[in-house]
Amino acid sequence: MAQKRGQRGASSSADDPEVVARVPLQAVLLADSFNLKFRPITLERPKVLLPLVNVPMIEYTLAWLDSVGVEEVFVFCCAHSQQVKQYLNQSEWTKPAARLSVTTIESHDAISAGDALRVIYEKSVIRGDFVLISGDTVSNMSLAQALHEHKERRKKDPLAIMTMVIKHSKPSNVTHQTRLGTDEVIMAFDPETKELLFYDDKADPSQRIISLDKILLADSPAFYMHNDKQDCYIDICSPEVLSLFMDNFDYQHLRRHFVKGLLVDDIMGYKIFTHEIHSSYAARIDNFRSYDTVSKDIMQSWTYPLVPNVRYFGCCSNMKLDRQGVFKALDVVQSRSAQIGAVTLIGSGSTIGDHSVISNSVIGQECNIGRNVSVHGCYIWNNVIIEDDCKLNHAIVCDGVHLRTGVVLEPGVILSFKVEVGQQITIPAYSKVSLLPQPSIQDSDEELEYADANSGVIESPSITSIISTRNAELNSDYSVTENSGLSEVGISGVGYIWCSYEGGNDEEWRHSVAPIPASKLAELSHDYYEDPDVSYQEVNSTPVSGELRPDSEITGDDDADGTDYGDSADFDKEVEATFQRALTGVNQENVILEINSLRLSCNKSHADCAGALFLSVIKLGLEAPHSSNGELYQNTAKEINRWKDILKHYLKSVDEEIEIILKFEEICLEIATEFSPLFSTILSSLYEKDILSEDAILSWASEKEGADESDKIFVKQSERFITWLKEASEEDDEDD
Amino acid sequence: MPDLQALVTDFVLKLKRRKIEGSQATAKQTAELLRQVVSQQRMPYTNQASVLIDAVRAVGEQLIAANPIELAVGNIVRRVLHIIREENLSSTTAAMEGLGLTAGSDDDEGEHEDRPGLSAAAVAAAARSTLRAPSLQTLLEDIPESAVAPHPSSSGGDSEGKSKSADRSSRSKKLKHDVIEAINELIQDIDTCHELISEQAVEHIHQNEVILTLGRSRTVKEFLCAAKEKKRSFRVFVAEGAPRYQGHVLAKELVGKGIQTTVITDSAVFAMISRVNMVIVGAHAIMANGGVIAPVGINMVALAAQRHAVPFVVVAGSHKLCPLYPHNPEVLLNEFRCPSDLLDFGEFSDCMDYGSLGGSPLLHVVNPAFDYVQPKLVSLFITDTGGHNPSYVYRLISDYYTADDLVVQRNSTN
Repeated sequence: MAQKRGQRGASSSADDPEVVARVPLQAVLLADSFNLKFRPITLERPKVLLPLVNVPMIEYTLAWLDSVGVEEVFVFCCAHSQQVKQYLNQSEWTKPAARLSVTTIESHDAISAGDALRVIYEKSVIRGDFVLISGDTVSNMSLAQALHEHKERRKKDPLAIMTMVIKHSKPSNVTHQTRLGTDEVIMAFDPETKELLFYDDKADPSQRIISLDKILLADSPAFYMHNDKQDCYIDICSPEVLSLFMDNFDYQHLRRHFVKGLLVDDIMGYKIFTHEIHSSYAARIDNFRSYDTVSKDIMQSWTYPLVPNVRYFGCCSNMKLDRQGVFKALDVVQSRSAQIGAVTLIGSGSTIGDHSVISNSVIGQECNIGRNVSVHGCYIWNNVIIEDDCKLNHAIVCDGVHLRTGVVLEPGVILSFKVEVGQQITIPAYSKVSLLPQPSIQDSDEELEYADANSGVIESPSITSIISTRNAELNSDYSVTENSGLSEVGISGVGYIWCSYEGGNDEEWRHSVAPIPASKLAELSHDYYEDPDVSYQEVNSTPVSGELRPDSEITGDDDADGTDYGDSADFDKEVEATFQRALTGVNQENVILEINSLRLSCNKSHADCAGALFLSVIKLGLEAPHSSNGELYQNTAKEINRWKDILKHYLKSVDEEIEIILKFEEICLEIATEFSPLFSTILSSLYEKDILSEDAILSWASEKEGADESDKIFVKQSERFITWLKEASEEDDEDD
Repeated sequence: MPDLQALVTDFVLKLKRRKIEGSQATAKQTAELLRQVVSQQRMPYTNQASVLIDAVRAVGEQLIAANPIELAVGNIVRRVLHIIREENLSSTTAAMEGLGLTAGSDDDEGEHEDRPGLSAAAVAAAARSTLRAPSLQTLLEDIPESAVAPHPSSSGGDSEGKSKSADRSSRSKKLKHDVIEAINELIQDIDTCHELISEQAVEHIHQNEVILTLGRSRTVKEFLCAAKEKKRSFRVFVAEGAPRYQGHVLAKELVGKGIQTTVITDSAVFAMISRVNMVIVGAHAIMANGGVIAPVGINMVALAAQRHAVPFVVVAGSHKLCPLYPHNPEVLLNEFRCPSDLLDFGEFSDCMDYGSLGGSPLLHVVNPAFDYVQPKLVSLFITDTGGHNPSYVYRLISDYYTADDLVVQRNSTN
């Protein structure tokens, strides 16, 4: 370390690492998540050392790095750096026999991944391409191919500086979360080169719209858009990545800032590519939900050979795999009447009392579980004592916790280190209990895994926290006794119940170990099934109803409005001109063809064409000499009869027919007021000639019901006709 | 000896990561590693055999623990231990024979003094054991370690003459040398087992026969190819061997050699078996009772073969011969591999969304690697030493292994 520190001054000299011909593969492992999601546990122990299926998470990451041929790992520690260093010094990784050289880099100033990478850049230890990974990643993928692709690309294009590993995994339709509890990620990439073109993790699940840059559509001939790709947070980076972080000192988050920043920035032209893995596994533990999911994946062997019974890690004892995926250490003492259900792991030295039922859980080492205890979906770490008749449901119970008789843990409870819970206490769902009080100052910097050292009292060399007595009053539903100053957790209990913060209790279910409650799912799926109509309308510009049809109508009313009106008026004129040519003997089919091409060039819908055509037909009727309304009607009816084939061609659905009616209204009001008294008669003649269907007329009428009085003139005029239509249809129904 | 330690760690890691595939490769690498262990072991003046045994056992223990399912590792460790014991016995016997011949000569006083402690029965047993006496007798009269080992130690005290120590060091070197030689032979045996097995192919495969096999075994491939080279014309049905579909690879190789090949699904085996003259499969391990641990699916083939009275032949090198019984607690019969061989994770990821599906996994995917085939379903084993019945396997085992090592192995793991 001292030597490394010495290099700090000479950082700027290492600008050209590419000169080194054969560089050993290096990796940067961030042993800090830079977020608060694992609080309160991370107040006392860094996240990377938390046991995942009884093995510290960092072991999985290091084992993977070792297996893919990485030779040098720089472990960046920030929070609890002493603990990480101490752990690594005692582990097998730092023994001389290890092939992997593990170096720790320590910095207490860093509050984000960006800061960490800047520190690493300053040390100038990275000489070539490196793997950037966080210390909570579990994978069994082979890196060889991705690395090869990355190198090949780099040779051709020095701007290809990063390769992201992605995996196919569907997010839930209902919650818009991945199975790892993270937000749904939308990615776009080039089908050929796999270049990443767009990346968006939707922080707000209620937002159903993503906006793409127009340039994206203009520049790329084709791209795939995916929401079913999971970001594995394993990146192969070129050294430029570090200098980019240096240049853009405001980059904090790897994805939110760095990746998005690069994609948006087209001056430098740096490119990011993706590598999709198929048969192998990779996932990052971001929150308690992913902790649960990844644990279950491990126990179901998806991470083979990183599974408990393979003894991959030096530290774990021999496990035996029984039926239904039950892993048991050889020295487990289990009562004959205890039942152990599927997908469960029981660590060595644990004892399980009579009639206890355990399922879908991980029990650590040296745990003592009493009689009639039910444990379902829990993660119980080492040296935990659970007395008789306790009920644990989807909870995380950390080292040294003591649950006295009859304790009930509701789903989503987290008990941090050495918490004691008194008899017959029920801990409410999603509570977090810790010996350390909740830090009162909610630092605006949410990227910290640990409490800010400056503002707190240092309790122990490795743990920094802020003492606040405020919490003693919070949630004190339980009898407070004199024996214990921290008695929120019952008689002879020790611990504070943390109140939830940031987003409140409503959002707790998203990241909890507990499954999403059924009521929540029902609520969400209700929302989900409500919504598609809206989104459908937003996505497809074709109108579902006439009201949504904007251009011709609304802008028509408002003459002052600009180009839109002009556009549609122009279009109408063009159609009219085309139509005029039809009068001079051009074949009807050709007219349709011409109008179609017009429609495409002006980006109009079928309904617009129908409206424009109808206008032309009406105008024809108007042009013919007439003296009375009767004559006008005769002329118009004749014209309509003559051109009904063309009109029908564009009347594919009720929508277009409604459009025609609306257009007709417009005509009567503005262009040819002569028609207004004839509205209902022409409407009925249109109906008779099968140009308009009764559905269209009825739905037009019903739509108009809510409109202004001024808009209702024609509805009223044709009231008789409409009522007749209604009766007719009712009769039809009766006939049926 | 950091070098050796590094080698061992490296190999252990490879085993743990399941980087070494196939019994033969594992067996060979284990033997080579143990040869290193023996050659780097410093030999004391006394108790040489037990020192060697301890060293090999210490390493062997780590290797076995690293991948308990790969039984070939344990087999080779036990065979090396057996080799050391045998070489020690034979050198002792040789010394005694030398003693008998040169009893009158003066140089060998020390030796003369050493020997009386050794009982005549032990000498006889040792002599017989080197000649591979009937196994039951060997087992009964087998000289315990303690009976053999102490003698050099007891002699260590009395003997002081330079000539004697020189003699002893030459003997010690000789023991080490002999052991290394024997391990070299073992490695060679492992290397050549395919040829030795293939030589017997024409005796078993006859003209116009139809052979069925499942998955891919290198031994089977060589066996079939050897028969083809000797101008036998026959047809092969290859069951593809889900989920790894190694059968496809085998089919390609066989067609490359000009053998008529038909690929069928595993589930079609029963339908096809009536047209088959013989089933030839490879094995993962042959247990002491004549049962076979083989790639998954083979038990089904064996049952089908029995139903239609089709001979079920297992070809395997002698390094796959395991001295343990399948009911021994330390035998791990199976291993569960990654479920991604069976189905695509991405497609099924919504079935494993524990958050929205109530928290407990509803979908379990089980991918066992091996099957156990009972001895009564096996018609014949073809090993590099010839064809054997399942009921004869225990006899083979007594040739290759010392009973002590089976027991000792278990003790040492505790």
